[in-house]
Amino acid sequence: MNGWDTILMALRAISRNKVRSVLTALGIVIGVASVIAMVHLGQAASRNVTAQISSMGSNLLIVRVGRQRGPGGVSSSSSPFDTADAEALQREVSGARVAPTSGTRATVVYGNANLSTSVTGVDNYYFEVRNHALAEGRQFEATELRSGAAVCILGQSIIRDVYLGQNPLGTALRVGSSACTVIGTLEAKGEGMGSDQDEVVLMPIKAVQRHLLGRFDVDTIYISALEDGSTPRVQADVEKVLRQRRRLRDDQDDDFQVRDMAEIAQTLESTTATLTWLLGAIAAVSLLVGGIGIMNIMLVSVTERTREIGIRLAIGALARDVMTQFLVEAIVLSCLGGAIGVAIGITATWLMTSQMGGPLVLSTPTLLVAFGFSALIGIVFGYVPARKAAHLNPIDSLRHE
Amino acid sequence: MSTAHDLRIADKIIDISSIFKIYGSGETEVRALNGVDLTIREGEFVAVMGPSGSGKSTAMNILGCLDVPTRGSYRFYGMEVENLNHDELARLRRHYIGFVFQSFNLLARTSALENVELPLIYKGVKRAERRRLALEALEQVGLSARADHTPAQLSGGQQQRVAIARALVTRPALLLADEPTGNLDTATSEEIMHLMQQLNTELDITVVMVTHETETAAFAKRVLVFRDGKLERDGTPQEVLT
Repeated sequence: MNGWDTILMALRAISRNKVRSVLTALGIVIGVASVIAMVHLGQAASRNVTAQISSMGSNLLIVRVGRQRGPGGVSSSSSPFDTADAEALQREVSGARVAPTSGTRATVVYGNANLSTSVTGVDNYYFEVRNHALAEGRQFEATELRSGAAVCILGQSIIRDVYLGQNPLGTALRVGSSACTVIGTLEAKGEGMGSDQDEVVLMPIKAVQRHLLGRFDVDTIYISALEDGSTPRVQADVEKVLRQRRRLRDDQDDDFQVRDMAEIAQTLESTTATLTWLLGAIAAVSLLVGGIGIMNIMLVSVTERTREIGIRLAIGALARDVMTQFLVEAIVLSCLGGAIGVAIGITATWLMTSQMGGPLVLSTPTLLVAFGFSALIGIVFGYVPARKAAHLNPIDSLRHE
Repeated sequence: MSTAHDLRIADKIIDISSIFKIYGSGETEVRALNGVDLTIREGEFVAVMGPSGSGKSTAMNILGCLDVPTRGSYRFYGMEVENLNHDELARLRRHYIGFVFQSFNLLARTSALENVELPLIYKGVKRAERRRLALEALEQVGLSARADHTPAQLSGGQQQRVAIARALVTRPALLLADEPTGNLDTATSEEIMHLMQQLNTELDITVVMVTHETETAAFAKRVLVFRDGKLERDGTPQEVLT
């Protein structure tokens, strides 16, 4: 008996009971489709996180004062940075761009609209380090930075919420108690790490320090390593320079922290990867249930077709032939289910990713593994019924009613 | 089976000496066959008769290599059958024996042609050759016009013809028929018996047929009567049936 005849025989047996076959394969269809959809959903989420993090700036280090006290806890009792610290870092750490910032919350008012938002004092390096591009207007001029002039650059959310979409260039926006001339707007960046990256008002750092803070503190220093892969070296240099400037002895811990965005990105990615596995595993359980459904129906089928098996054995089928026939039937059934499941899984992935606004990226290994698993389930759960069929006695089977 | 074609050299197709088939043991022991000797030569047409429980069905199962005796020797073309395992018995059936049953036993929802092709599939015959041989067999039983009909679309007599075509498509040496006319009316029974006779004389197929009707048995050249697990009578229809 050759392979093709066996498969044709199986297809014929399956098509004889169409409704039952479809219902039997349904478990596998749902299992395969949900595994594919879940894994792709997880992968899409992971891509989103990575994209958001890289939109915050590549090779980015974030330097803040305070000691790390266990996971998440930061004491802020240590003395703040000042502009001189940032200048020293720029001077002494090679291959890095240093952007000191001073931030606070303030109410911005234009016309009848007002909004409490974060106002960040920056210099022109900030745009490069944080990957902010200007949509319109210009960056700060050297004289404006030196004098702390009352000028500002706005993110798209501010334009939408405060200017109601009008062009803000040249208008005077009240920030806190002083009026600022709008000289530029930023391109939209979207959501990043759970906050709106477009809800920003940028001013020269000296203007924020003088008019809004009343202090010359620098609270966050953003540093971008210019060369890919040089982040660890830059981080070590930054730590060395800061320890010297803050006169820390060798036995003292850092009273500041340098965080590598790439590291945070990795942590987040491994979290989403774990979630992906979890989702996939839950979906795989339904695949298992589908397999049990196949075994159930195949067992019923063997009993129903006892007489047929008897005939086949009488006219010269070997036990092996009967075994193969039922095993192939189970495999064909589960593979058909698997193929339909792959189609539905891809459709579901397409629907979900288009909801999330991302491109449809299909992972071939996921598709292959999900489909291969359905074939495997056919073998595993088809074995018991097939063995039962093969061990029937021809005389008794022929008498079976 | 490499010795397949060597087997036919002996002209004694069936050579049974003192076989027993015993079910159960001790108090509940049942002797379905209780010491039977039987020789059947090529070209014979044998009718097997006897009341139910006489052992004739058990004897047929053993002759058809569906079962093996508990004791005694069964030589099929001189080959010892009683020590063969399931697969070896299946190979023997595949090459030498065709079966016809009382209830036809065709595969439902499967065309006559495909039913007839079935034994050839297991013999490993190629598709085109299979088709040709199956159509030829249907032609021999006069049903080539209905090759694509399913059993449900055929009358009882036609179904039995398909079953006979399925049995003879492998060119068996031995055709075993278990009450082949049991489910058919008199006229159809007669047609089927003429067909069996024709296979016996024209194709040289040895036929062994279980029946309980003397009219049917009369078509045979030799009649065996079983009773209580033993062969009670053995002779021509004239001798046995009158």
